[in-house]
Amino acid sequence: MEYIVEIQDLSKDYETGFWKKKNVRALDGLSLSVEPGQIFGFLGGNGAGKTTTIKILMGLLFPTSGTARILGRDIADVSMHREIGYCPENPYFYDYLTASELMNYFGEIFGLDSRRRKERSAELLTKVGLAEKDWNKQLRKYSKGMLQRVGLAQSLINDPKIVFLDEPMSGLDPMGRREIRELIAELRSSGTTVFMSTHILSDVEALCERVAILRRGKLAATGRLEDLLASSEQQAFEISVSGISAVALSSFAASSGAELSEKPTGISLQVDSESEIDAALKAVRASGGKLLSVQPIRQSLEELFVEKTGTA
Amino acid sequence: MRRSSNTNYFSQIFVIAKNAFREAVRDRILYNLVVFVLLLTGAAIFLGELTAGQEVRTIINLGLNAILLFGAFIAIFVGVGLVSKEIEKRTVYAIFAKPVTRPQFLIGKYLGLCLTLLVNTAVMGIGVTLALLYVGGGDRLASVWAAVFFVFLELCVLTAVAITFSSFSTPALSALFTFFIFVIGHFSSSLREFAAALGSAGAKAVFGTIYYVMPNLSLYGFRTQAAYGLLPDAAAVAAITGYTIVYIAILLSIANFIFSRRNFK
Repeated sequence: MEYIVEIQDLSKDYETGFWKKKNVRALDGLSLSVEPGQIFGFLGGNGAGKTTTIKILMGLLFPTSGTARILGRDIADVSMHREIGYCPENPYFYDYLTASELMNYFGEIFGLDSRRRKERSAELLTKVGLAEKDWNKQLRKYSKGMLQRVGLAQSLINDPKIVFLDEPMSGLDPMGRREIRELIAELRSSGTTVFMSTHILSDVEALCERVAILRRGKLAATGRLEDLLASSEQQAFEISVSGISAVALSSFAASSGAELSEKPTGISLQVDSESEIDAALKAVRASGGKLLSVQPIRQSLEELFVEKTGTA
Repeated sequence: MRRSSNTNYFSQIFVIAKNAFREAVRDRILYNLVVFVLLLTGAAIFLGELTAGQEVRTIINLGLNAILLFGAFIAIFVGVGLVSKEIEKRTVYAIFAKPVTRPQFLIGKYLGLCLTLLVNTAVMGIGVTLALLYVGGGDRLASVWAAVFFVFLELCVLTAVAITFSSFSTPALSALFTFFIFVIGHFSSSLREFAAALGSAGAKAVFGTIYYVMPNLSLYGFRTQAAYGLLPDAAAVAAITGYTIVYIAILLSIANFIFSRRNFK
């Protein structure tokens, strides 16, 4: 499989201090690849190196060591930018321009003719949910959420093969997030690869096929979201019962090591393996309880994230 | 549908220059023209006391020097912010993710401000022309426009100095440095004389080097001659224009060398 993004052993040191003596390593030997046609989630806590990575890919920062390729071409090759899009984190554009003028300006940079620029601008501004009455307002009058939408629209002006979105949901209200989530899903259906950094895990679960989790500049995990959740899943089952008190099962819990807890609907019994389910059910029946459900417990993305990044 | 584009290197520079010009207009830079017109009108009224010849000379002197000073003010203060403001406000992020190279951006921004200065200088030149026609100094117009052309060249050099400093220094320091260069550049020939008069070889070398490195802004000082209706000869105009282009090319190469290596944190 040909990868659309290939990052190899990428490191970045920031120099700090007046005489530039100290180096702070923001990115440490990151290697990772992204397949075309996917929504790739790039996760990590604040300061994990997500934005640094994306900025290196966009040519805004120069790596201290390592290489990266997008669409098979080295990141130093600016002509490759014809086929990519980028929406920076908390995007900020020329505030003396209106949204239409900004779209027109970027369209001109891509060499689109004037009719095409108009069409594309109207199409994209509508798609990101900007009301037409705001198109001709100067961006200095825009709210953060509106700027975020303009940022997304401009990143798609050239109909890119891959688009890099740095925290695309920040500054948006729940309705806005839902709209942008739909837009991102739509991009994938039209064949555009999406590389998005985020720490909003519900968005990742809703959108991303594959993820990479960064921790302090290093890759903590990468793979299909499903596989990552399954591989670190502890085999555990929750048995819910009603009609009896916790005391009735306390001796079983003590002997088997099962976890016993009271819930609003009754009692929950957590066992560590499939074989223990039978014994537990026997004990429930013996004490006259009514079985409500038996469910496997999956690790949530949040738990995985906490485990991999070591931060809550 | 994926469209292949046919833009070339220079049309992208032009797009950036056009936007830089629009930025200057929307930031109300050209409002200084209003002040200029008021100044000139006021002068024309109060100079009524003088004899006709003096009046013409005074309007030319005042007008041309004001064009230079107003322009220098724009070149320095807008020039140092051309690129640094974009870095500070993070507007460069979206630009450099587009198929735009750093030299294209730098040159585009530079040309955008030069275009602003061209419009500014030309409108002021027209103002002086009208004032001259009003006081009956129409015979000096060719000299005045020659001087206006030289002022414009000087402002282009000054803008290049400002953008070069701002490629590695803060806007405040860059403005200060550019202002120093503006002042020292006007005393450039004195520097050479000073170097020649000095005894020690070391001091001669130091001042000699400063003389050659600094832009020779006294070259553009045709304002006094213009007041007397003199005209520069074509060879001098060509030589000075050539000097200007070479000097600007060197400065922009330096600025670009530094700017192309910058990380945008």
